[in-house]
Amino acid sequence: MTDLAHIRNFSIVAHIDHGKSTLADRLIQATNTVSERDMKEQLLDAMDIERERGITIKANTVRIDYVADDGETYVLNLIDTPGHVDFAYEVSRSMRAVEGSLLVVDSTQGVEAQTLANVYQAIDADHEIVPVLNKIDLPASDCDRVAEQIEDVIGIEATDAIQVSAKTGIGIRETLEAIIHRLPPPQGTLDAPLKAMLVDSWYDAYLGVIVLVRIMDGTLKKGMRVKFMSNGTLHNVDRVGVFRPGMQMVDSLGPGEIGFLTASIKQVRDTRVGDTITTDKHGAETPLPGFNPSVPVVFCGLFPVDSAEFEDLRDAIEKLALNDASFSYEMETSAALGFGFRCGFLGLLHLEVIRDRIEREYDIDLITTAPSVIYHVYMRDGEMRELHNPADMPDLTHVDHIEEPRIKATILVPDEFLGDVLKLCQDRRGIQEDLTYAGQRAMVVYDLPLNEVVFDFYDRLKSVTKGYASFDYHLTGYRADNLVKMQVLVNDEPVDALSTMVHRDRAEMRGRAMCEKLKDLIPRHMFKIPIQAAIGGKVIARETLSALRKDVTAKCYGGDATRKRKLLDKQKAGKKKMRQFGKVDIPQEAFISALKMDS
Amino acid sequence: MTDDWRNGGFGLYVHWPFCEAKCPYCDFNSHVTRNIDQSAWTNAYLKELARYAEEVPGRVLNTIFFGGGTPSLMAPDTVGAVIDAARGHWPCANDLEITLEANPGSVEAGRFAGYRDAGVNRISMGIQALNDTDLRRLGRLHSVADAQAAFDIARHCFDRVSFDLIYARQDQTPADWQAELSQALSMAVDHLSLYQLTIEDGTAFGDRFRRGGLRGLPDDDNAADMYRITQDLCEAHGMPAYEVSNHAAPGAESRHNLIYWRYGDYVGIGPGAHGRLTLNGRRLATETPLVPGRWMEAVAGGAGELSRERLDPQDAASEYLMMGMRLAEGIDMERYRALFGRDLPSDSRAYLVDLGMVEEDGPILRATRDGRAVLNAILRELLTD
Repeated sequence: MTDLAHIRNFSIVAHIDHGKSTLADRLIQATNTVSERDMKEQLLDAMDIERERGITIKANTVRIDYVADDGETYVLNLIDTPGHVDFAYEVSRSMRAVEGSLLVVDSTQGVEAQTLANVYQAIDADHEIVPVLNKIDLPASDCDRVAEQIEDVIGIEATDAIQVSAKTGIGIRETLEAIIHRLPPPQGTLDAPLKAMLVDSWYDAYLGVIVLVRIMDGTLKKGMRVKFMSNGTLHNVDRVGVFRPGMQMVDSLGPGEIGFLTASIKQVRDTRVGDTITTDKHGAETPLPGFNPSVPVVFCGLFPVDSAEFEDLRDAIEKLALNDASFSYEMETSAALGFGFRCGFLGLLHLEVIRDRIEREYDIDLITTAPSVIYHVYMRDGEMRELHNPADMPDLTHVDHIEEPRIKATILVPDEFLGDVLKLCQDRRGIQEDLTYAGQRAMVVYDLPLNEVVFDFYDRLKSVTKGYASFDYHLTGYRADNLVKMQVLVNDEPVDALSTMVHRDRAEMRGRAMCEKLKDLIPRHMFKIPIQAAIGGKVIARETLSALRKDVTAKCYGGDATRKRKLLDKQKAGKKKMRQFGKVDIPQEAFISALKMDS
Repeated sequence: MTDDWRNGGFGLYVHWPFCEAKCPYCDFNSHVTRNIDQSAWTNAYLKELARYAEEVPGRVLNTIFFGGGTPSLMAPDTVGAVIDAARGHWPCANDLEITLEANPGSVEAGRFAGYRDAGVNRISMGIQALNDTDLRRLGRLHSVADAQAAFDIARHCFDRVSFDLIYARQDQTPADWQAELSQALSMAVDHLSLYQLTIEDGTAFGDRFRRGGLRGLPDDDNAADMYRITQDLCEAHGMPAYEVSNHAAPGAESRHNLIYWRYGDYVGIGPGAHGRLTLNGRRLATETPLVPGRWMEAVAGGAGELSRERLDPQDAASEYLMMGMRLAEGIDMERYRALFGRDLPSDSRAYLVDLGMVEEDGPILRATRDGRAVLNAILRELLTD
């Protein structure tokens, strides 16, 4: 156990490629945390089990012992956090577990969007922030300009930014000293009842669930019987330890310390991020504030392209769900797609990560149906039904009204892009609640329907602001609106997997956009194909995909036979990645791409 | 046991890999070199012929085809030596067809009489366009006037002359193509190869196209219109398509190319040449090293060949289907079954018949005129797992 004055907890905020991993490696190296022999590049990355598409989803942590210039030994805990709005809650918990952040900016590039989104989260968590200008060894480095930019754009003091080359090792010592002198030590009371915040958790085949914790008050010891306050479950602590970055067991963890526990917990589901862990007897009366477990807000169907792979899909989904409490699933059948699962996610990125993992790690080709939110359908007899899937929409004659989930969205955006952002929010049926300025940046708050946001709002926002906007949201409740189910008919056959809920006033526009998109996405066939959008029995939009007129290899002689045969084999395999509706092959990506709007 | 060479015939393909310049649309195996040692190449070809003659002796040779590259850069003596050797190795059909691909330049035309004397009886000329601007864009070294002159000499030397044109070129309209094709048909020929310009990966055009260059290519609908015009005009002129891109007066078809499409046997010698041989009832695909120097070394080492592929019954049947369906005459479904051991799927056939893409006539299955234009889609439907 270390006294509070000798602990510093921090995270590193950086844009991708600005050198976060290299800097972390150098800090670890400079403190001899890892022997030279075991040092491999990008240690933090190497232990990162869930890095997908460059996005960290699990928090990582490493404990560093550092002998400072004042001769004292300090314990430094670095937490590496996920950085996407889908995981905003998880990030906020990680940020609450530390007191300060290093803001790493590439001195040849300057501030980038991802930096902004994350640095505002650090500011939200009341962090002390130390700016670090990296890559000063490069000729293009311009520290003055970048420091000025940090002050202008982010609004934090940068005159005493540390100049570093993580690559060559310049400024590493100065960075470590700044962590000691400029970041505050944690606070906490040793003799109070145990309060540990659950920062993250994941499944390990040998140890069961590993729970990453920050001790706020009291002591966590091996052998203790602890209680998870959100659900009252009790567990005996088998192990207590820290990451350096490999696991190292310790006898106990005290206030301000970050480490892990294992307690023969079988399912990650039972360990919710943000929960408070205390002792069974004489425990804390009240949990830490801010526990707000993530619940799925976006739902979609996942179906195997090859229906024979349904059991494999079930297996894959069950395994993934063991390690991801925020992901839900239940079996679903579709007239068009057969057997599959209706799955719930935190957001679209979460959806894409899970889908990619099933496809890649389990080698199952998937059809993903249109994402949807949960609607509250009020029946004439007063019953309220939760609608997770537009295909299950009850007969309208029995429906009184439909409510949809709303969110409060906060967007920070440089002045020059404000107009585009306001237009985007208006287009998505947003109601402006607030608009204020902080320097060159505007902060807008909108009340928006969640279903207008879950799909491609974040992508559109990034695109209209060239990436210079940060976005955060939380659910505020349900409100009634004029909502209808829109069906899509391909070659006169309804495709239930393409059904969506839309606002009546926007149905024609959405229908037209979907039909146009599908016309581009579905390859031409040997016959012409009508593509229609309809509400009830009424067609509101129609496109016709004209028949294929020319698809033949011009030259095919003796020397071409082998190549041509292999090409046809490949096309045949490509055809397998499509689903047949009647006689129409619809490519699997069409089910999601059809919904993406260009404005 | 089916001997496929009996069904489709038996031919010899000789690949000459050299060109004076590389055309930007061409993805054939061609190389630009000065100073070619003709006698060394002659010896290598003769060595290869002897090797194959030992392997497939006694078959009646129907055709010889000199392709390239630019075979009209071969010395007539080289051509003559190969023809004489082939005649010595195999019994030949009375009407042995010997074709040579030629560039329509003046230098080549000067060698035409020599080729005739060496035994060549059919010339296939790469004219490509009847418009000087487009010839330059296609990277051709000849002009329309050169082509006309060379064509006249060819007509004088050979009974059978064919030429190639490429359509759906940059900035070409259906009306332009109609006029150009009418002019071609008036040049009194009995065989034409009419190819839609295809942008192939690994060619100069392919690179340019990927970088967003090569503007003004006709869109799919215009290209489809040009294909239709091609069918209409050639039919009206008594030269219907007997294959997707090949048109001939009845009896004037390229017998050598028919061997490919009827899935007969052929020996392929020279760099990058492919062959198909039926041995002990199994079909073998042969292939040779692409680079001329490598091929020469391989020949010197005993065999100018890469490893052979034994086609399994399904692959052989697939090749028969995709080659045979290119022909207006179609395929024999009984032969397909004999090759594969299975029938073509009847539901797919019925579906395609219903759509008017194919028609059945006893055991014969053929693509209709509309169907032939979308043959790849038909094949994807018919090819089974």
